[in-house]
Order: sequence, then C-alpha cells, then structure tokens
Amino acid sequence: MQIHKYDTVIVGAGGAGMRAALEASKNSRTAVLTKLYPTRSHTGAAQGGMCAALANVEEDNWEWHTFDTVKGGDYLTDQDAAEIMCKEAIDAVLDLEKMGLPFSRTPEGRIDQRRFGGHTRDHGKAAVRRSCYAADRTGHMILQTLFQNCVKQNVEFFNEFYVLDLLLVDDEDGNKTTSGVVAYELASGEVHVFQAKAVIFATGGFGKVFKTTSNAHTLTGDGMGIAWRRGLPLEDMEFYQFHPTGLAGLGILLTEGARGEGGILRNADGERFMERYAPTIKDLAPRDIVARSMVLEVLEGRGAGPNKDYVYLDLTHLPAEQIEEKLPDITEFARTYLGVEPTTELVPVYPTAHYAMGGIPTNVEAEVLSDNETVVPGLYAAGEVACVSVHGSNRLGTNSLLDINVFGRRAGIAAAKYAATADFVELPENPAADVVALLERLRDSDGTERVAAIRAEMQETMDANAGVYRTEETLKQAAADIKALQKRYANVSIQDKGKRFNTDLLEAVELGFLLDLAEVLVAGAQNRKESRGGHAREDYQARDDANYMKHTMAYREVDANGDVSIRLDWKPVVVTRYQPMERKY
Amino acid sequence: MTAVIEEAASGPAPAQKPARDHTPIVITLRIRRFLPDLVGPNGEPPVPFWQDFQVEADPTERILTAMLKVKGEQDGSLTFRRSCAHGICGSDAMRINGRNRLACKTLVKDLDVTKPITIEAIKGLEVEKDLVVDMDPFFQSFKDVMPFLITSGNEPTRERLQSPEDRERFDDTTKCILCACCTTSCPVFWTDGQYFGPAAIVNAHRFIFDSRDEGAEQRLEILNEKEGVWRCRTTFNCTDACPRGIEVTKAIQEVKRALIFRRV
Ligand SMILES: Cc1cc2nc3c(=O)[nH]c(=O)nc-3n(C[C@H](O)[C@H](O)[C@H](O)COP(=O)(O)OP(=O)(O)OC[C@H]3O[C@@H](n4cnc5c(N)ncnc54)[C@H](O)[C@@H]3O)c2cc1C
Ligand code: SF4
Ligand code: SF4
Ligand code: FES
Repeated sequence: MQIHKYDTVIVGAGGAGMRAALEASKNSRTAVLTKLYPTRSHTGAAQGGMCAALANVEEDNWEWHTFDTVKGGDYLTDQDAAEIMCKEAIDAVLDLEKMGLPFSRTPEGRIDQRRFGGHTRDHGKAAVRRSCYAADRTGHMILQTLFQNCVKQNVEFFNEFYVLDLLLVDDEDGNKTTSGVVAYELASGEVHVFQAKAVIFATGGFGKVFKTTSNAHTLTGDGMGIAWRRGLPLEDMEFYQFHPTGLAGLGILLTEGARGEGGILRNADGERFMERYAPTIKDLAPRDIVARSMVLEVLEGRGAGPNKDYVYLDLTHLPAEQIEEKLPDITEFARTYLGVEPTTELVPVYPTAHYAMGGIPTNVEAEVLSDNETVVPGLYAAGEVACVSVHGSNRLGTNSLLDINVFGRRAGIAAAKYAATADFVELPENPAADVVALLERLRDSDGTERVAAIRAEMQETMDANAGVYRTEETLKQAAADIKALQKRYANVSIQDKGKRFNTDLLEAVELGFLLDLAEVLVAGAQNRKESRGGHAREDYQARDDANYMKHTMAYREVDANGDVSIRLDWKPVVVTRYQPMERKY
Repeated sequence: MTAVIEEAASGPAPAQKPARDHTPIVITLRIRRFLPDLVGPNGEPPVPFWQDFQVEADPTERILTAMLKVKGEQDGSLTFRRSCAHGICGSDAMRINGRNRLACKTLVKDLDVTKPITIEAIKGLEVEKDLVVDMDPFFQSFKDVMPFLITSGNEPTRERLQSPEDRERFDDTTKCILCACCTTSCPVFWTDGQYFGPAAIVNAHRFIFDSRDEGAEQRLEILNEKEGVWRCRTTFNCTDACPRGIEVTKAIQEVKRALIFRRV
C-alpha cells in the first residue's frame, strides 16, 4: 500500500473536477484522481450549450436567468445559489473563451447564442437566446479546453485511479473532518491512500441505475455512494431528470438545441402536441413538462411506430445547411444508430434518464454538509455529484455545464484557501482496511450471482417503476425489487481473479454503489406525495407547497445489529426574491 | 445568428420507411486475448491467444454491446475500456476485422457476419491486457505539441472576437476525441514509435489555424523536428481510421505547407 500526501485531492476529472483543478493547483499542491482518462469523462457528451446572459444577440440579464432557473426547478431551487450561478455565468463563459474554447460565433465575431428549454425573456414572455454553444459539441469543447489548460498548467493527474473510500476522522468535538481518500489503481491492482487537507468530490452522476439513459457506462454514482456509506446525507435524490429526446429504444441523447433551432415534436398523427401542454413556449418548455407530455401521448395511444411507444422529433422543415452546421453530431447519431436521415425523415424519440438533480448537499462555497447546516471541514463537492441546489426539482438545459464551471471553480478556490491554513488530519489506523476488505470479499467470493444480471434487473425495475411517472404501487415494487437484488448482490462473484486491469472487480464495486443509490432514490420518491419537477406521481398530481416545498435529506442509519435503514428528513428551501407561483409556460 | 423557423404547422407525419431488421443472429467474436496475470506453472510469461465467443446479437446492435454481453454472461475477464457508448469519449478504439474503429460506433450489420469478427488491440502501443493498451506515450505526444491557446498582451475584458469564417478554418480538427485510431493505424508510427503521430499533429493544427492563437511559430518548430510532420508519407490510413471523420492527412498537409511557407 502506498501513501501519498497532497494539500488538495480532487476526485474526478470531468468539467467540475478540472475546473476546480485549474484553481486549486495555482495555490496548493494538488492531485487529481480519476477513474477515466480526463478526456473520457462524460462532460464530453454534452451537446447543446451553456447559458449565460451575455446579451450578445438580444436583450437579456442575469436576473431573468435566475428567475427561469428557479421557476424551471419548480421552486425547489435554492434561490441564493441560483442567483450566484446566473451572475457568475457571464464570467464563466468568458473565462472559457479566453482559455481557448472555440464557441460558435455571430457574424460580428461574438459568442453566438441560441434558444433552450425554459430560458425566457422577462420572466416568461418568450423564449430567449441565452445558450452559448459550439455546434452540438459544447461539452466536448469544454472538456478539451479544460484539459488543455490543465496540460498547460501542469496539473498532476492519477489516471485510472478509482477512489473507493473517503477518510473522515472525528475531531475532539466529535465532528467529522477530512483526512484523505483511498484509491484503487486499475493498472496494478494496488491500493493507494491519499492523505489530504482538502478533498473535492467531482465524480458526476449515476444514470446507470436506469436502463434507458444518456449516461455513460461509467456513471455509477461512486462519489455519492462513498459519501453515503460514510454517513453523509444525500439530498433530493428522488429528483431525477428524464430528457425528452433520447433516440427511441437506445437512450442516446439528441440535444434540446435541436428544438432550440426550430425542431418540433409530433405524435403519430403528426400533431404538434406541445401546443396543447405549453401554449406559449411549446416545444421549448422545460424538460419535466415535455417528458411528461410525451409519455402521456404514448399512454393515450398516440405513440408512433409498430408498438406505438415513441413520438417523433421533426427537423425536416429546417434548412439542411442549418442542421449540418448547428447539429452535425446528433444527426450523425440518428443516422448511425437508428438508420434515420433527420434532414428528410422523422426521428423516433422517447425520454431517457439523464441527470441527477440531487446529490451530496453543499453550501454555495461547495462545502459539504453533514446535516442541514454543519460543514465537514476540508470536504467539497461540485458538479453533478453535488446538490447546492441550483436545479431544484428540475434542471434547465445548459445549466449543468454552467454549474460545473461556476461551482467547480468555487470548490477549487475554497479548497486551496482551506488547505493554505489547515493542518493535515492524521490518517485513521489502517486507512485502507475497508477497501481491502470489500475488494477481497468480491474477489474471493464463490457466490452464484453475476454482476451483469443483477445490474440488468435493477435497471429494468427502475425504468418500469421509478421513471417519468410513479405511483405508490410502482415505487413499492421498485423498493421490493431493489431489496431482493441487494440480497443477491451479497452472493455475487466475479470471474477475473487477476490483479492487473481487473474491470470485472470494479464493475462489481460500482454495482454496489448503484444499488444503494437506487434505494435512496425510491425511498425519497415514496416519501414525497406530490408532483414537482422531475418527480411526477400519478397518484398525487399536484404540487403541494404547503407540505413539500422542502428538500429531502436522506441519512443512512445502522442499528446495533448492523442492519441498515434510511431515515428521511427535510431541509428548508432558500427563498429570496421569488415566491412560488403556478408553473405555466 | 441562428436562424429559427418559428412556426411549423401541424400536419400529417411524413411516411416512415419500414423498420430495420431486428431479427437476432448468432455472431462469432474472435478476440485476441492477453492476460498479464496468466503466468505458466513454471513461471513462463503470459502469451497472447485467440478465443472465439458466440453471442446472439440484433444486427443493428453495436459491437461494443456484443462484447459487453460476452463479458457479462460468458467471461468476466474479457477486458476493454468503454464509457460513453456512442462515439464521443474515445475509450474503445480497437482493431475490428483488421481496421481501427470504435467498438461503439461499429454495428453488427455493417460487418460480414458469415465469418468470425476479429477483434484485436490497436497496434503500436504496448498491450496491457486483452484490448487495453498503454495510452501514456500517445498522450505524451499530444502534450508535446503545446495543445493550448497561446496569447500575449493583456486579456480583453469581453470575449476575443473571431469571425465565423476564422472559426470555421480549424473546425475540423476541434472534433478530435483523442481515441488514437489514427495514430495506431499509421505505418510510420508502427515502425518508429517516436513519431508524434497524426493525432498530435491534428491537435497542433487546431491551434496553429486558430486566429486567436499566437503560438504557431513555437509549435511549427516542434513539428519541424526529426520526429515531426516530415515523417508522414501521406498514406491516408489515418484519415480512413478517424471515427470523427476528420480529414487527418489534409490537416497534416496544411501543417507541412505552413512550415514551408512559414505562414498560416
Ligand atoms: C448526453 C448528455 C448531454 C448533455 N448536454 C448538456 C448540455 O448541453 N448542457 C448542460 O448544461 N448539461 C448537459 N448535460 C449534463 C452535463 O453534461 C453533466 O451533468 C456534467 O457534464 C457533469 O459534469 P461532472 O464534472 O460533474 O461529471 P463528469 O463529466 O461525468 O465527470 C465525472 C468524473 O469523475 C470521475 N470519477 C467517477 N467516479 C470516480 C471514482 N470512483 N474515482 C475516481 N474518479 C471517478 C470520472 O473519471 C470523471 O472524470 C448533458 C449530459 C449528457 C449525458
Ligand atoms: S498519412 Fe501520414 S500520419 Fe497518416 S497514416 Fe499515413 S503516414 Fe501516418
Ligand atoms: S484525429 Fe480522429 S482518429 Fe485521431 S485521435 Fe482524433 S478523433 Fe481519433
Ligand atoms: S465508448 Fe466512448 S467512444 Fe466508444
């Protein structure tokens, strides 16, 4: 076992991790641990854009952006955090441009902007052009640009290092403080301990709890799972976003930018059905509303295709050159994976599991909280793994690329500042013991269950029972299925007993995190008897501000017998300027 | 600015062509295995071998999906990198039927399934295990060409201006996902591992032809070196291999021309 010592350790090298690294490494000795080569991170999959009220092409301001973010989040958004994000958005975009990001340009040479779902002029009057973009590969350009700047700044990466544990030590008052992380090196199979004054979690989302998802195979919620097992709470996990336009049956994403460019959703009859659900902004309504509408069209028999189980995205009325120039990648996805030519044919689409609004609770300085208020000294989280909460119950498109830049930066600055004055906290005795035990149990098990089978069953039940629409009954079913799968997981074995590049072993570990998170998601969903944003209950269709305008806080409790249960609590929403209103578009 | 067609009337859906054939077929994946932990009883070093796997696949399915089935259901020790599964992260470059491709962008129906489909690690980088190669030398070449914007003078307060035409000039090479399909299909790279390789040159091109950048001279100097662009013999393997459709050889030619005329 090797022991390393760094002021700041960043876990994850997606947009949030690398943005943090650019700040932290300026002022503290920083290591970035990442299970993927940085450029493989899923930030690179983001397509549509990053919003900021630059007002390059029409009137706009950050207050309108804040309002849209709060309303889009169905009033579960913490308004102080949203305000910070929307204000700092402008510099966040300009910073990226100065770092070299090749944005698409206006004829005057400024950063071009396009429309995106839920982003409006003057509090909902009409769609506004706010999304800064680079064709339909904005995330790719952000990831490349940040990596390029990390190369320039000589940021130290530990590639293909899987962090599997967080080391928290109780201080004299019994409060948790940070002393480091434990990582597994894929190439060698060695376990490494990283002692650090400050640790930033930037491990991204957990879309792989679902079957149909836009998320990468590697998005298994490790950061959230690790924090959870170390007794830290998770916030708002029931709010999972389903993006309206996944390629039907596959889940591969087609950006909302396609509708921003003028694309239209149609049912089997050719009807532009969003006119009925959101008369003002129609196809550019926020994602929760569009996804629910699509599912209703299908449930009411207006779905298209042999099984009437999808709707169409229609781009055929757009000039072919506009499609080629602004949406080149997604048209290629449709051609490659569905054999459909979007310039002349309708593209079959259906909602796909996309984004975790919930995660590890933090304050606006990206400090992790161990309850509604208490900060865990030295521990930070940013990006999809975190919940500040700027997205409330439903994230607006383009606000995540923004979130990772704004709060990634804030986390990097705060961590380095903390590391400058704090001392190293002594490592616990046998810091790697838990990780070693976990790995040995999986490697040595001669159980009869296979990882792939359990994972597939979990994904099936989550799609069927905890998807766009949920009821008491379906959630009960999901909870029971997950419990049963967890039992079977205890009996899982792997075939690869080797040390080097043992991905079989790591898939088993990742499945453990996914099962934990699926359980928390379902528990939160059962407990929230209302419909709000990404959480739609067929049996409780209205938003219920009197009882539920508050964040869910889930805690892992272990009793004297070692039995684990989930305790659910609440946290108030921060309201500054905007009182909740009915959400109409 | 973005042209937007505001309203398009509701109308009958254009006819859809008949659905693609999804009848499952059984395919054979013939995979080049190398298990580094497989040391012989008398300490003999591990040796590579071919192994056949039969798997049921929908013809429209990705080769990556078929491989995941093999790993999940038949042999968990089969090892390869993957993440996004739709051709944007660059993890799963491999040699499929003798050609470098991304497994997640290669569909079963596009290969001859009457014969076994051969799958090997990409060539020219050391094989670590099965289809996993050591990517560090590849990324080192990338770093060597100074792949970042170089500017002088004070930062402007707003964005730097760039016309759509200037932006278009280097658009092709911004698409690179660093998958290494090109570099590991290059015969020069196979025989001389020191050669920067096409991917590094593509990424140098991305900055050399960016109107905002002022580091062209420095980068051109680096590419003028012994292991630089002049080693390229214009065989177009790299262009054929690029899953992003980047005109790799053309980019290399443009860099060569810039070197000759010392002008971008
Ligand atoms: C297809 C798609 C399109 C999208 N389009 C947009 C868009 O247009 N606009 C927008 O705003 N948002 C978009 N999003 C959302 C947005 O891209 C993501 O939410 C955001 O990029 C997440 O960034 P991140 O840095 O938090 O995580 P990621 O980019 O996912 O990075 C996670 C990092 O953590 C590392 N990691 C994970 N686990 C471990 C571990 N155990 N040990 C070590 N390292 C670990 C990984 O290696 C990786 O480097 C899109 C998402 C998808 C899937
Ligand atoms: S064109 Fe040049 S770089 Fe490309 S494969 Fe041929 S020799 Fe290699
Ligand atoms: S140029 Fe093409 S083939 Fe080469 S690394 Fe980049 S994306 Fe891959
Ligand atoms: S898995 Fe990402 S490119 Fe194939």
